[in-house]
Amino acid sequence: MSTKTLHGIFDDEEILLSSVKEIRANKIDIKEVYSPFPIHGLDKALGIKETRMAITAFIYGCVGLSLGALMIYNIMIIDWPQNIGGKPNFTFYHNLPAFVPVLFECTVMFAAHLMSITYLIRCGLFPGSSEKNPDPRTTDDKFLMEIKVDGDISKVKEILAKTGALEINEKDD
Amino acid sequence: MQKEAEIRDPLILGNKTYHDITVDVARPVEGKANKYWWILFSLSLLLFIWGVLCIAYTIGTGIGAWGLNKTVNWAWDITNFVWWIGIGHAGTLISAVLLLFRQKWRMAINRSAEAMTIFGVVQAGLFPLIHMGRPWLAYWVLPIPNQFGSLWVNFNSPLLWDVFAISTYLSVSVVFWYIGLIPDFAMLRDRMSSTLSPMKKKLYAFLAFGWSGRAKHWQRFEEVSLVLAGLATPLVFSVHSIVSMDFATSVIPGWHTTIFPPYFVLGALFSGFAMVETLLIIMRKVVNLEAYITIKHVEYMNVIILLTGSLVGTAYITELFMAWYSGVEFEQYAFLNRATGPYWWAYAIMMTCNVLTPQLYWFRSIRTSFVATFILSIFVNIGMWFERFVIIVTSLHRDFLPTSWTMFSPTFIDIGIYLGTIGFFFTLFLMYARTFPVIAQAELKTILKSSGSEFKNKK
Repeated sequence: MSTKTLHGIFDDEEILLSSVKEIRANKIDIKEVYSPFPIHGLDKALGIKETRMAITAFIYGCVGLSLGALMIYNIMIIDWPQNIGGKPNFTFYHNLPAFVPVLFECTVMFAAHLMSITYLIRCGLFPGSSEKNPDPRTTDDKFLMEIKVDGDISKVKEILAKTGALEINEKDD
Repeated sequence: MQKEAEIRDPLILGNKTYHDITVDVARPVEGKANKYWWILFSLSLLLFIWGVLCIAYTIGTGIGAWGLNKTVNWAWDITNFVWWIGIGHAGTLISAVLLLFRQKWRMAINRSAEAMTIFGVVQAGLFPLIHMGRPWLAYWVLPIPNQFGSLWVNFNSPLLWDVFAISTYLSVSVVFWYIGLIPDFAMLRDRMSSTLSPMKKKLYAFLAFGWSGRAKHWQRFEEVSLVLAGLATPLVFSVHSIVSMDFATSVIPGWHTTIFPPYFVLGALFSGFAMVETLLIIMRKVVNLEAYITIKHVEYMNVIILLTGSLVGTAYITELFMAWYSGVEFEQYAFLNRATGPYWWAYAIMMTCNVLTPQLYWFRSIRTSFVATFILSIFVNIGMWFERFVIIVTSLHRDFLPTSWTMFSPTFIDIGIYLGTIGFFFTLFLMYARTFPVIAQAELKTILKSSGSEFKNKK
């Protein structure tokens, strides 16, 4: 049997959310939901795992802090120790208070930039990439639910219509 | 769905729908500029060109083209630098700190405030660059391996901390701004408006990075925004603290005080919000955003100005008290000279514009008036420029040797560069207002049902 793709279009996020719950309760897999803005609770309703972006930021921040400390240690303590205003310059930890601002900035710089780059890569976003939303109205005011169905589509269509989809479009794969 | 107390005033007026928000945000980009835009743009561009000529003259001739002398060796350049950096702070406060506090009113103004931050920091960065005298050697401030006997930068110096702080601040602000812009560029791309040229359509498609609005992407988007806000919040406070340490770690009476970091940060937020108001009160008229940038937004900002203005006033008085209480006669003289010496008029302008006039915001009628707010915001902009001038010049002009006591007067080059940066700033901002989605429409749509006027009235 052929698989078909169903596009249910909604105009209200609350109706969409209850529809998602209803469809999932009927053990039908939702492939994707496209929306013009983030909807609270949608990720849980769809059963999407929590994102690990914050963890990556923490790791990148640690990397930034370490690289910053290594840089300062090499420059100020190893390569060319200088007596500047009588500040101790033979050990890193004696001079540490003066290094705090730069260490902090290195941490933030690495965490922010590398997390953002990770985000773009994970989402497949890059300059000049072409749009992947099936309907241009999903960045304006419509919400689109994409369901792949093997075999009988009438039941899925029925639930979609019952739970408030304005339009239901089907497409052969 | 988000809930909101019914007694709160709506943040989106005019019974908008999701589609209305799209149309209203896309209108300035798709439409033609009006007469006022062209007049303002031409004036800004002229000022900018004048500034470029003055900068070229300075670089060709040397810093002697400015009014600096041996005693007052820092004046308008660093005043303008701190002023612009301070203006930048409100943008990050609105986009980051208010996000952490879940303030919904930030959503209509955060895009423009962030744009203001970025353009303000660009102006600020120009001044140290020009003051180097040989700006083509500016890369010497970076810790890069070199062949001068491996001559490194000094990580004990606040001036180097500044290099790190400001470059991080600028780049993180740009990233934060752009992450939020991607869904809005996608909105412009998908409208496929007939008034946009094919070239522009391609440009917006390019800038949208192929955004599609999948549920997983939105989940990541929200988390990335939250973490960026969490990172940007200490960043805002660090940047102006470090700027204040340029002064506070020196031994000049009037600069050598521990109150400087919080005092500078508050002053920065104070001046930043004033500049946001100046810009947005004009912008809401010029690009028809009256339904989104409401008097309620202005009132919230006025409350912040009132708070930070009062705290800045407290800092001024604390400085005076500590000078007296320290028992150090040089410190005492520095402040006596500041208030009653030859620059008393600058001190008086500072006190009036920063401490006295913002107190008018205690009156509800003034706090909720666009005209009064606009005038008072200009006062704050002027007052905060004079604050930096007073701190810098009055502390220097009567130095350790009375024989070298002198006054500072700017040359037309000093004035030209300052006006040039104002022109550059407004040129960038006006171009932004015509080409970018000036409201974070995706975020704004999330609060339509809790804070939109139609939905409020239904309940």
